[in-house]
Amino acid sequence: MTSISMTVNGKAVTADVEDRTLLVDYIRESLRLTGTHVGCDTSQCGACVVHVDGKAVKSCTMLAAAAAGSEVTTIEGVANGDLHPMQKAFNDNHGLQCGFCTPGMIMSGIDMVNRYKAEGKTLDEAAIRAELEGNICRCTGYHNIVKSISQAAGEM
Amino acid sequence: MSEGIGAPVKRKEDKRFITGAGRYTDDIKLENQAYAAFVRSPHAHANVKSIDKSAAEGMDGVLAVLDGKQLTGDGIGNIICGWAITSKDGSPMNMGAWSALATDKVRYVGDAVVAVIAETKAQAKEAAEAVVVEYEELPAAAHIDAALAGGAPQIHDNAPGNVIYDWEIGEKDPTEAAIAGAAHVTEMDITNNRLSPNAMEPRSAITKYDAAEDHYTLYTTSQNPHVARLVLSAFYAVAPEHKLRVIAPDVGGGFGSKIYIYPEEIVCLWAAMKTKRSIKWTADRTEAFLTDAHGRDHVTTAKMGFDASGNIVGFHVSTKANFGAYMSLFSSAVPTYLYATLLSGTYNIPNIYCEVLACYTNTVPIDAYRGAGRPEASYVVERMMETAAREMGKDPAELRRQNFINEFPHQTPVIMNYDSGDFEGNMNQAMEAADWAGFEARKAESAAHGKLRGIGMACYIEACGIAPSAAVGSLGAGVGLWESAEVRVNPVGTIEILTGSHSHGQGHETTFAQVVADRFGVPLDSVQIVHGDTDKVQFGMGTYGSRSGPVGMSAIVKALDKVEAKVKKIGAHLLEVTEADITIEDGQVKAQGTNKALGWHEIGLAAYTAHNLPPDMEPGLKEGAFYDPLNFTFPMGCFICEVEVDPETGKTEILKFVASDDFGVIINPMIVEGQVHGGIAQGVGQALLEEVVYDESGQQLSASYMDYTMPRADDVPSYDVLHHNTKCTTNPLGIKGCGEAGAIGSPPAVINAITNAIGNNDLSMPATPSKVWAALGAAKIAAE
Repeated sequence: MTSISMTVNGKAVTADVEDRTLLVDYIRESLRLTGTHVGCDTSQCGACVVHVDGKAVKSCTMLAAAAAGSEVTTIEGVANGDLHPMQKAFNDNHGLQCGFCTPGMIMSGIDMVNRYKAEGKTLDEAAIRAELEGNICRCTGYHNIVKSISQAAGEM
Repeated sequence: MSEGIGAPVKRKEDKRFITGAGRYTDDIKLENQAYAAFVRSPHAHANVKSIDKSAAEGMDGVLAVLDGKQLTGDGIGNIICGWAITSKDGSPMNMGAWSALATDKVRYVGDAVVAVIAETKAQAKEAAEAVVVEYEELPAAAHIDAALAGGAPQIHDNAPGNVIYDWEIGEKDPTEAAIAGAAHVTEMDITNNRLSPNAMEPRSAITKYDAAEDHYTLYTTSQNPHVARLVLSAFYAVAPEHKLRVIAPDVGGGFGSKIYIYPEEIVCLWAAMKTKRSIKWTADRTEAFLTDAHGRDHVTTAKMGFDASGNIVGFHVSTKANFGAYMSLFSSAVPTYLYATLLSGTYNIPNIYCEVLACYTNTVPIDAYRGAGRPEASYVVERMMETAAREMGKDPAELRRQNFINEFPHQTPVIMNYDSGDFEGNMNQAMEAADWAGFEARKAESAAHGKLRGIGMACYIEACGIAPSAAVGSLGAGVGLWESAEVRVNPVGTIEILTGSHSHGQGHETTFAQVVADRFGVPLDSVQIVHGDTDKVQFGMGTYGSRSGPVGMSAIVKALDKVEAKVKKIGAHLLEVTEADITIEDGQVKAQGTNKALGWHEIGLAAYTAHNLPPDMEPGLKEGAFYDPLNFTFPMGCFICEVEVDPETGKTEILKFVASDDFGVIINPMIVEGQVHGGIAQGVGQALLEEVVYDESGQQLSASYMDYTMPRADDVPSYDVLHHNTKCTTNPLGIKGCGEAGAIGSPPAVINAITNAIGNNDLSMPATPSKVWAALGAAKIAAE
């Protein structure tokens, strides 16, 4: 067991975790923040994406202990007030159906918009589709996810 | 009325999903919860010689190690297929025994043998690895041809030659005679590739046993919790129906794979009773590939005859269908009544005959996956039409137009009676949107930069809203296929709709509420949809086969009719006018020709206070209804796909995809278009990327997302989704259903486009770059 401390959604947390505990299991099972999902075992689907120190990370691929000292943001913590522009855009554009991949899509979407803005690059449809390589959706056919991220990119 | 039928209202349910507040099964943690892990067969076919549980039983946290002999010893029944199919010779189908935990024999890689229950998930998994199962390996048959070959391994003793049934439909002799006398006959061998549904939420179950009440609760990822409860109690004898509550909370996609009752739910319920603990099991993705029912896997030979002017005279289809190692719940209906009955497509075909040979293999069971039989039928019909046009030198659109059915109702030779449609209208709309006429110029542009451009069409038709219960009963179904609904108007005037349909992405909480808002003019926010809990909703058949619109909403309409009748009586009484003078609009009950009106809340309060109701009227305002469909519904459409193939690599890029669908009346166009987008993506996935691959020993080679090619955002195009609707004549709202159409029409459209580009009709799905490149090479050699 290892004692770890980190900040999750702005709140300081400390816990004893097994060395093998994945960040996603710590978030879901210990902190009971169940908006972060697990859709595969191979870091392919992206349902588990959270932000660690401002960068998108697949939380099934990181040990909880490796996130010690970090600032972690999950889907539950992205809104500053009512809804984050990315969350609102998914509702506006019907960017979700079953909702299971959606938290990961939103976290990846926010990260991609932030990176492109920081680098001064244009996030066009082709770029959004390429950037979504690590997030799988089975319901929407991606059409409205692309529209959602495009709308949010203009509002963020 | 902006929230009523036809309005693109944003979804009510989104808020919880976009904020991380959705409540899926694995998000739930019960008190006193333990975890299950399963020991699964690593062999495709083997006898179980012995099971040594001692090491596992001694490990930290282990509560129980349970095997199949204990399960059957406790009287838990075998898993069954609920649709009886009769062979040509009158014999019943050969259903092999399927125990939730294998007792003496395993029949596919992933077959569950032992369940370990432990305090934590990690402890359960570690102890499962310590269970020693001694197997005697047997030869395996992983593919249809291997299973049907002489001397093939016998998978179930009661299915000689691994044949489940040899079924037929239509008139054989007249069809063969028509084809023999045809001016042109097109013949093709067509394979429909095996797919894994891959809902993003893996299956999960949590079970609870209350010893004091002798009561069971199952939280599960189900598309039809009431059917699950019925089957678990009536056939598997896990718990009595009135002592079992099944809750399907938020469910992360289904596509058919969550219709069925799987071994894991049975075992977890049973184990909860045995251990007196709540038990959770959640599949990991490889477990999903190894246990969720797969889809498709047909091998077909088809012959279509035409007269000298291009009219179809006969259609003969022989199909072999893979069922995997066991017969899943609805498996038998898929390649028969959901497939062969759609072989008339959108065309006048006077003679049709189809025979289907169903077989076991040592693979994961196969059952309905999005479209279920209809994609296979559409693929056969539409590849045949396209190829026939090319062989006869006709324009493929014109050949279709010439053969279209354009009078309704239309009785096909294979059971179905189409009620409505304007097939040419959809085709014209799609051709215009796709700029069909400008294709040759675009092809020349592509050729100028070294690319091969192709265009392909598919005019699918499918059958939803399955179906009149008496009709499906006469065809072998073990259940009725009606739906139920209950409308509860509360004393404050808010409305709850209890439905037997289940939403796992379809947006029922919005669309069903729109039907109510449309009817009474009440705000959408005052309507709540309740579903997915057998303690709340009395009964329901669930959601699959695009039935929630045509059947589920029809039940709601029937219940609303009854509510409206009572509201009018109460309104007439209170406003002192006749019922005929009462109208309901804008959430008010109005006396026509006067300025007298009552708010919806006033009617609700009057019904529940019962201080002043018409004589002999019961208090309260709650009505229920069961709706049994009068016919299938027949969504149809025309899809056009345009592709560019790189001849150097064989890689296909979809440049344009146009869909013109006829869904009848549409409640929420935004949601309907979303359903089409998702369906097309799954169809494009089948056409270009996806295939479950088994080696000859029965090992699944594609059991992770590093091996099974799921469509990603940059694999699929944007879609142009259009509608040209004709009202369904057989249900009250005129709805046809939209959930599966995209997956049904798109594979033939994509393959017809690629084969057009490369000049070779001999191309199978998935059309990977290597296959396309090889087919292109073969076409070049043939041309030399």
